[in-house]
Amino acid sequence: MILKNKDVLGLEELSAEEILGVLEIASRFRAVFDRPVRSVPIMRGRTVVNFFHEPSTRTRISFELAEKRLSADIVNFSSATSSFSKGETLRDTAENLAAMKIDMLIIRHGSAGAAHYLAKVLECSVINAGDGAHEHPTQGLLDIMTMRQRFGDLRGKKVTIIGDISHSRVARSNIWGLNKLGAEVTLCGPPTMVPGGLARLGVNIEYDLKKAVADADVLNVLRIQLERHSSKSFPGNREYHRMYGITEDVVRALKPEAIVMHPGPMNRDVEISSEVADGPRQVILDQVANGVAVRMALIYLLSGGDPGALGGG
Amino acid sequence: MEWSWQRIPSEFLVTDVKLCRQGKLGKRKGFLHIRKGRIEGLGVGAPTAEGIPALDGDGLVCAPGLVDLHVHFREPGHEEKETVATGSRAAAAGGYTSVVTMPNTDPAIDNTGMIRYLIDRGKEAGRCRIHPTGAISPGREGQGMTEFGDMVSAGAVGFTDDGSPVASGGLMSNALKYADVLGVPIITHAEDRSIVGKGCMHAGYWSARLGMAGMARAGEDTAVFRDVELARAAGAHLHVAHVSTKGVVEIIRRAKNEGLRITAEATPHHFSLDHSRCRGYSPLFKMNPPLREPDDVNAVAEGLADGTLDCIATDHAPHTVTEKEHQFDQAPFGVTGLETALGVGITYLVNTGVMDLGRLVQCMSETPARIFNLPGGRLEEGAEADFVLFDPTRKWKVVADGFQSRSDNSAYLGETLIGRVAATFRGGRLTWRAES
Ligand SMILES: [Zn+2]
Repeated sequence: MILKNKDVLGLEELSAEEILGVLEIASRFRAVFDRPVRSVPIMRGRTVVNFFHEPSTRTRISFELAEKRLSADIVNFSSATSSFSKGETLRDTAENLAAMKIDMLIIRHGSAGAAHYLAKVLECSVINAGDGAHEHPTQGLLDIMTMRQRFGDLRGKKVTIIGDISHSRVARSNIWGLNKLGAEVTLCGPPTMVPGGLARLGVNIEYDLKKAVADADVLNVLRIQLERHSSKSFPGNREYHRMYGITEDVVRALKPEAIVMHPGPMNRDVEISSEVADGPRQVILDQVANGVAVRMALIYLLSGGDPGALGGG
Repeated sequence: MEWSWQRIPSEFLVTDVKLCRQGKLGKRKGFLHIRKGRIEGLGVGAPTAEGIPALDGDGLVCAPGLVDLHVHFREPGHEEKETVATGSRAAAAGGYTSVVTMPNTDPAIDNTGMIRYLIDRGKEAGRCRIHPTGAISPGREGQGMTEFGDMVSAGAVGFTDDGSPVASGGLMSNALKYADVLGVPIITHAEDRSIVGKGCMHAGYWSARLGMAGMARAGEDTAVFRDVELARAAGAHLHVAHVSTKGVVEIIRRAKNEGLRITAEATPHHFSLDHSRCRGYSPLFKMNPPLREPDDVNAVAEGLADGTLDCIATDHAPHTVTEKEHQFDQAPFGVTGLETALGVGITYLVNTGVMDLGRLVQCMSETPARIFNLPGGRLEEGAEADFVLFDPTRKWKVVADGFQSRSDNSAYLGETLIGRVAATFRGGRLTWRAES
């Protein structure tokens, strides 16, 4: 068994072995993408519910694609189109889902801890597709997969996460996962966006972008969540771009092999300049492709898929 | 005449009890003599009076009826959470004989009629003395002042916009001056909302790790500092509600050393639990002010022990199961406290050596009664016969269906506490008796 638990709630809960095991399977799925028939029918006759309580086009499409390639029956709920209203408690939601006898639940929710709650009360497997500002384990896994494709073993590699750490579930999943694999994580952003409390998780905090990226191997650039910030927490996009934007100037000073990542969707010319976003350092489309592979791997493994049946990668 | 629990006589003795009063637990057993709702006499050894029915206290501690300066009974407006009747029952079960109710009901308690209404509802319920506070501002909206004078004549014992802070320093200043002439305190729910923002738990390691918006200590510290300085300028009595930070303990310590008329309370949860409890995302650990860091918890406990903080108040805040089933960030703030306070005090303060039982009882009865000028809360000749009998060594498990409150949102569910109320009397009448 590669995964010990029935759920994947966060990289906090996964061991280094589990992370590497999942990534191994994901890389085999990546190989399948290049074949003419890209589906693996392990999930035939099984129902996966994508429950997105918060809008997210990218993650939902990526999950759907992963599910389709595994031949699952897919049901989509989103807060906009379903009767699951804001006033309904998660417990009501859970009871409804339990009654539907589904095989797997993919949950995106605006509240931290939502996936954990559902995992506790539901018998089916639950994959956290993002809970508030807490964790986004599939994003963390796809980021790590992308880094490993470039660098192999991440021990001693320096990863700098830049941006709105306080609201970022991507940052937290990256921190847990990268720490477990022995990478060295630095957080960088305006002090109003980097909670000092995170230092206790074993990361460096550096407010000066130049210093933070000086000997970095990876820049993971987060989306500035404009909608979450009142004007009081940072002066505005122009100043942000000048102080923390990843521009050609910043990239020129990087180590030659360093890469630039972004979980998308990008605010071009805010956290990342268009030149960098389209430039040679970025690996953003690899991230997208790896995302599907990672999600296939998790669904496959949680459904009892046999790692050996996939053949060598 | 024989003692009978079924028909409590108007004159009776409670014998074989350890009297706990004026900060001390009696070493020898003694007795209490009740007559017509008042304490006729008390002392060590056996009573001399004969022919009076006697309740055998069987070695229990006999303490003044507990006094809680901070409860939310939700009536009117949210009777699904609690009413004066159910809240009074919870109070009696916790050993309380007097409570001070907060005015953040719906509508708010902001006029004489509402004050009278609460007192009447309390009398109907008959288990506990209800002392209402009035809102500082109409509708607790922070605009202008309510009729303090009128409400004091109707029985209001203080003023507060609790639930919300008073954002305007000018209004707070005027309220302090105005209330002082009427002989009642202003109770501050100290919170700078522009600092606290959308926070739902203490801002620190755990909020950062769990991905939840934090409530910085500074939001409470700066608000208390402002109000202390306003009280200094007004020469008025300021009472600081639910102190949760080491910074506030320090501000109050300094203010008291300077001779200011500042009093303060702390809740059981703030001297017993820290923010790591939020790790499972259970809304049972969501309160305002939030559970803070271990050094804050220790500072609050020490503050109670050395008298910087005068008393323990529960901030009993019932919520329905449904509300507490929302996700942490969506759930309302607040937990119940009346029925667990004594046990939490004994478990976390007395049995840990922070203070002795005499001091704990004083923090929960005599001192709060004194600082708010309330009747009861004293075991002495001529006083109201408000008293509680409890076993300070009795272990019990906190379970959801064990509560008298209409709500069971307790932060101690599943925990074993030490110290349990056996019986509560208010004005010589039995208001609660535990099943043995
Ligand atoms: Zn309050």
